[in-house]
Amino acid sequence: MDFELSNELKMFQKTIRDFCENEIQPHATAADETGVLPWDAIRKMPHLGLLGLQVSEVYGGADMDTLAASIAVEEIGRVCGSTGLSISAHNGLGCGPIVRWGSDEQKTTWLPKLTSGKFLGSLALTEPQAGSDLLNGAQTYAYQDGDEWVINGTKAWITNVSFAPVINVLVRTRKDGSSHDFSIILVEPDRAGVSVHPPEKKMGLKASPTHMISFENVRVPSQHLLGEEGSGFYMTMQTLDSGRISIGALSVGIAQGAFEAMVRYAQERKAFNEPIANKQLIQEKIANAAVELEAARMLVYKAAWVKDQGRDYTKIAAIAKLKASEVAEKVCHDAIQIHGSYGYSRDYPVERMYRDQRLMTIGEGTSEIQRIVIARQVLREFHHS
Amino acid sequence: MQIVTFTRSTPDTAAKVEVNSSGVVTWGDAATVVNPWDEYSLEEAIVQAKNTGGKATVIAIGPEMHNEALKHSIAMGLDEAVRVQADDLDMTDSLGWATLAAAAVQKMGNAELVIFGKESIDVATDQQVYQTARKLGWTMLSYVSKILAIDTANKTIKVEKVLEQGKQIITVKLPVVISVMKGINEPRYPSFIGIRKASKAVIPVWTPGDLGVSLPGKTSELVAYHNLPARAVQTEIITGESVQEKAAKLVDKLLEEKVL
Ligand SMILES: Cc1cc2nc3c(=O)[nH]c(=O)nc-3n(C[C@H](O)[C@H](O)[C@H](O)COP(=O)(O)OP(=O)(O)OC[C@H]3O[C@@H](n4cnc5c(N)ncnc54)[C@H](O)[C@@H]3O)c2cc1C
Repeated sequence: MDFELSNELKMFQKTIRDFCENEIQPHATAADETGVLPWDAIRKMPHLGLLGLQVSEVYGGADMDTLAASIAVEEIGRVCGSTGLSISAHNGLGCGPIVRWGSDEQKTTWLPKLTSGKFLGSLALTEPQAGSDLLNGAQTYAYQDGDEWVINGTKAWITNVSFAPVINVLVRTRKDGSSHDFSIILVEPDRAGVSVHPPEKKMGLKASPTHMISFENVRVPSQHLLGEEGSGFYMTMQTLDSGRISIGALSVGIAQGAFEAMVRYAQERKAFNEPIANKQLIQEKIANAAVELEAARMLVYKAAWVKDQGRDYTKIAAIAKLKASEVAEKVCHDAIQIHGSYGYSRDYPVERMYRDQRLMTIGEGTSEIQRIVIARQVLREFHHS
Repeated sequence: MQIVTFTRSTPDTAAKVEVNSSGVVTWGDAATVVNPWDEYSLEEAIVQAKNTGGKATVIAIGPEMHNEALKHSIAMGLDEAVRVQADDLDMTDSLGWATLAAAAVQKMGNAELVIFGKESIDVATDQQVYQTARKLGWTMLSYVSKILAIDTANKTIKVEKVLEQGKQIITVKLPVVISVMKGINEPRYPSFIGIRKASKAVIPVWTPGDLGVSLPGKTSELVAYHNLPARAVQTEIITGESVQEKAAKLVDKLLEEKVL
């Protein structure tokens, strides 16, 4: 057992923290208000490896392990949830599938663009009528016509669409009613027949754009098929497993930001002649937040570590995401409580953090779905033993 | 061209530095950072080494804690790092420090440009910069705000220097020691490639013996450290009917206190 980060990782973490505090944090409030990501910072990210966390150096990435990638997302989330979500989705959902299942040609075409600082990657699974239940509900369909795929359907709630050079789109390529019905096809958003709808008006994460996107007889060359035909559902589940570690890390980051703000505020704000930090009821919140945050972070790091060991990580990733997202809810809630009326004001960052964290129990699998995944795994383990 | 620059680890600027009950300066368990002024000299060394097709070496003088600053330097892109360790060096003894610094530069053999940050925030002085130049017998150019040209064939350097009255553009013969201002460049963040290199780097340690020098006798003695006396601050809120009236009262007060 060793809970110490390697020297390399400590240096990386400190560098990312400096970068986030100098380049992102000062723009986080404006990003939330204007709905525009801090692009000056994003353009500088390739130097730090943030746009190709687990992409090979050959394609401009940093080739890091999952633990390092999680720490990076955590640090971004600590200062700006919107940037955190877009960078998390870019790495895990946009780059991830191409890194894992892309052909050499697909990698050479797309990864250098994705790591360049000019674009952000995207994965389109959800549809207006189906999120949790893609297997039964996803309708977007593609058929082969000569050496082209022809795609029809609509995807909803897709992050980064407006900045993506290419989108990984989950489509049905068969209608057998099995998990082998699905494939993933790479589609550029500027293909004829693609419509990107206006950005969704959201509660939080306002600078991270989320769009509906429709495909009407969209034609792409057959080489745009990612991996094998029929393996789309499997690739999706694999991608979501690892994406969950990243959402867990993002949750920990947002919670950390709120935690720091609330402790500082409690030490400064006075009531009944002393800092409110001296009051036991406030200390209870601080202590609980410290405990929960520590637990959540350890689970996220462990999930990352298990994945890096090459072991099956479905259960631990779901556990980490579930716990971290619920901890973020609690910590941000108490951070507002400790700030009193100022916490309810847009002049203090905890209000934004609370709205931003709210997605974490919904995106990349709701808490209900995480519990289903965990229970299914546990029951299976008991069945085997 | 071979360029040499110096750095050291100093307490994080956000850390609370104080003298503890045993009279020792502490900053709790706050992290150390690269002396903030050195960010500019390190960046300039990287840029000029690249421009002249040369190499940039960073040196720290002092105990192992300074490896942190050296590793940060390598992560930024310095080609190599060296630490000079003299067990009996008092870090406030600038002449002793400069003796080692000059000897280390000479040991590099072919160095022609030494770049310092404006000062060290821990000891809050820059006298070691001038003493190093003096020990080397090189020209000293302080407060450089821009390096305009380095002519490696004719061995000259042209810089812009900040004076009290304005700016001075000056060309001198190499070798030189310069100290650079904040704003001469925008220091880069360490890159992930640099961090990878830095975390694996084994930093060589030179002793005064390796440098062929011994420390000069100390010219000053540090007697004791004291915390600054707590400042008594009195707050007064100026009242008045209108903003104009409040402003007028404020101006009167400031005149009374001879602030204006
Ligand atoms: C800001 C944002 C960004 C997003 N980015 C992306 C993206 O980049 N790509 C993408 O593909 N999608 C994205 N999504 C969509 C997101 O992944 C889905 O919203 C999520 O998977 C839930 O699906 P749904 O909204 O259709 O909810 P539904 O599946 O309709 O679920 C509704 C409710 O029913 C519950 N429920 C469903 N099934 C069960 C069950 N079996 N038992 C108990 N309860 C159940 C759910 O937990 C939930 O509480 C994003 C969403 C948002 C808000």
